[in-house]
Amino acid sequence: MKQEYTITVYTENHIGLLNRIAIMFSRRKINIESLNTSPSEVEGIHRFTIVIHEVEEVVKKLVRQIEKQVEVLKAYYNNNDEIVWQELALYKVSTDKVIEDVKVERLLRKYGARAVVIRKDYTVFETSGHREEINNLIEVLGPLGLIEFVRSARVAIINESNGFYEKLREFEEEKPGDEIVENEFLDRQDEVFSM
Amino acid sequence: MSDTILSEKRKKASGEGKPATQKAGRHAAGTEISGAQAVIEAMIAENVTDFFGYPGGAIMPIYDALYDYTNVLNHILVRHEQGGIHAAQGYARTSGEVGVVFATSGPGATNLVTGLADAQIDSTPLVCITGQVFAHLLGTDAFQETDVINITTPVTKWNYQVTDATEIPGVLAKAFYIARTGRPGPVLIDITKNAQVQKFNYPGYTPCTHVRSYRPKPNVRKEYISEAAALINAAERPFVLFGQGVILGKAEKEFKAFIEKAGIPSAWTVLGLSALPTSHPLNVGMLGMHGNYGPNVLTNECDVLIAVGMRFDDRVTGRLDKYARQAKVIHLDIDPAEIDKNIQTTVPVWGDCKETLPLLTASIKQKQYPEWLQKFKDMKKQEEEIVINDELNPKGEVMTMGEVIKILNELTEGDAVLVTDVGQHQMVTCRYANFNESKSNVTSGGLGTMGFALPAAIGAKFGAPHRRVIAIIGDGGFQMTLQELGTIMQFNVDVKIVILNNQFLGMVRQWQQLFNDKRYSFVNITSPDFVMVAKSYGIAGKSISKREELKSSFNEMLQHKGSYLLEIMVGKENNVFPMVAQGCGVAEIRLK
Repeated sequence: MKQEYTITVYTENHIGLLNRIAIMFSRRKINIESLNTSPSEVEGIHRFTIVIHEVEEVVKKLVRQIEKQVEVLKAYYNNNDEIVWQELALYKVSTDKVIEDVKVERLLRKYGARAVVIRKDYTVFETSGHREEINNLIEVLGPLGLIEFVRSARVAIINESNGFYEKLREFEEEKPGDEIVENEFLDRQDEVFSM
Repeated sequence: MSDTILSEKRKKASGEGKPATQKAGRHAAGTEISGAQAVIEAMIAENVTDFFGYPGGAIMPIYDALYDYTNVLNHILVRHEQGGIHAAQGYARTSGEVGVVFATSGPGATNLVTGLADAQIDSTPLVCITGQVFAHLLGTDAFQETDVINITTPVTKWNYQVTDATEIPGVLAKAFYIARTGRPGPVLIDITKNAQVQKFNYPGYTPCTHVRSYRPKPNVRKEYISEAAALINAAERPFVLFGQGVILGKAEKEFKAFIEKAGIPSAWTVLGLSALPTSHPLNVGMLGMHGNYGPNVLTNECDVLIAVGMRFDDRVTGRLDKYARQAKVIHLDIDPAEIDKNIQTTVPVWGDCKETLPLLTASIKQKQYPEWLQKFKDMKKQEEEIVINDELNPKGEVMTMGEVIKILNELTEGDAVLVTDVGQHQMVTCRYANFNESKSNVTSGGLGTMGFALPAAIGAKFGAPHRRVIAIIGDGGFQMTLQELGTIMQFNVDVKIVILNNQFLGMVRQWQQLFNDKRYSFVNITSPDFVMVAKSYGIAGKSISKREELKSSFNEMLQHKGSYLLEIMVGKENNVFPMVAQGCGVAEIRLK
């Protein structure tokens, strides 16, 4: 069954790596729903957060191919239950409308939005949350005159992760520990091996 | 010309194919040198002896630096960059070392792309150096500027653009390390002209041994070894499939020891061919679309399938849902991404097979499966009756490709390096050629690149100068890269060229016959007089169409000093069988 998966990739920060990772998806005709690149918890290590809609089998193979790239240190995939995620959105509306219409202010409070810029001609609100929450606000602001809207890529924290510091230390060793090549087979030995 | 001889001498002098430790004129650390000189320093430090290339505007400073080093570096001037990279591939395949090619920016670099794709899919270690326009011109549509890094990203293991000379020693060390370690592959380094001319304080060359974001091979897990051994020990009808991983891992001995102790019949992929001598009693033949009958059918009857250094390509497996469904699968591979990619694995033995095979051998029981092995022999007999006998000893007047290979086997006794192009002649050669030694079969497997053979044979000869190199090429493929006859001429490369001419693009014609009602759409190809073409390059040659001339002509070719072209007119509409048609399972292989 296709569902939303969030792929987290820890990489070196090199020019051209974005393309190398992006083509892994386009080659397989997989649409990237959202892509974010940012620093990670470890200095000098970059973190990609990529959201796709796919079946797990495909995602699993894809993540292995990504991890195989020379400048990629580690790649993980998680479903939505395994992560905490947020997206950020900006809404530009006419200031007159906001002043005239009390409803707008009430709505904004309800959706946890805050004003970032207030000018005579327009006001920019910001909110963050899951896709649905952000979309709900567009729906109600739309009829009231939404001039511009933009939503960021997803950023996500993996519930089970202990961060990348330890891992990186292993990577920097010439002979890394077993943790570097994580192996799901080991965890399900009973399933895979029976005589 | 004495360039080849020079290279020969150097190889002989050192014994091992490595140059003598000649440091004459080399730059010491702490001196000021140009980026171009640093490139040459890296070549020498990495023990590059013979390499291929074609100069041009953006790589001129490197060629200028090379001018002072022709005593240690043997640069072979090819006729087209595609020829250069295929030659580097041929070199890598017979020598087991990294192949190197130089090209200029723009069209020079784009001409490398086919070879990069070929090397990427066939895991061939290459380092390609391309010149690039000055850094300040990047993105301005400058003369001969193309975005080489982005064009080559999908077809390289790693690539990098150098815009500052100080990066060169480190980047090239990394390039060689990445190309040759783990699952090998092509690396491309694009160097802007300003970086080539820039002077900098040379820190010396330090070979790369570690890149933190790159794991050449996964750690060997003892648990898997014992699980795999238990499966093998309990098996009743085990079957080994081996691929190029055995050759790339330089694990031929370890592999042989493993199958001999385990007593398991073993079949090869096209790229695994020659890793195990043809005559070995456990060698049961070829897998896949045009492979042998037994190995294909019995894939679906074995109980434990042990895949060593192969990737279950669709040409090997046929339809996946009809492939070895009954078998427990043990997959030995250095590349974790290959595990479960096409075939669900029961026990994944991750790691370099040079390490994993001996561990496995140590923990299995000595066994034999005479009845099971007999099944392969029986099926071989069936295949002989229906396909092989007619192919090798045809009763008709026209010559078959199979009988050509049979005679070649008799005369070379399996000791030659055979370089094939792509198509019917390739499948026939792989099916029938005998090999005694590893690294003797050079062909474009994964990408199926027509035009590969002639330039690859040139490289193969430089990679294995003491061996006899014979290129076997179809009339179509030969015409794709025949300009490389010029390279053979200029450098006196001793390559024997056999053209199997059926006056058709034979493999496509075969498919059109079998699947498109003989609608022969654009497969009728006319050829020039190949012997005259060869002659114009100063290469001796002959064309034959009669069986009686076959042996004597081969003898003449083999005894000829230097390169020779032999055109053999074969049956126009012969087909390669057996065949697993597309969309069929391996057990549905057809014998006619």
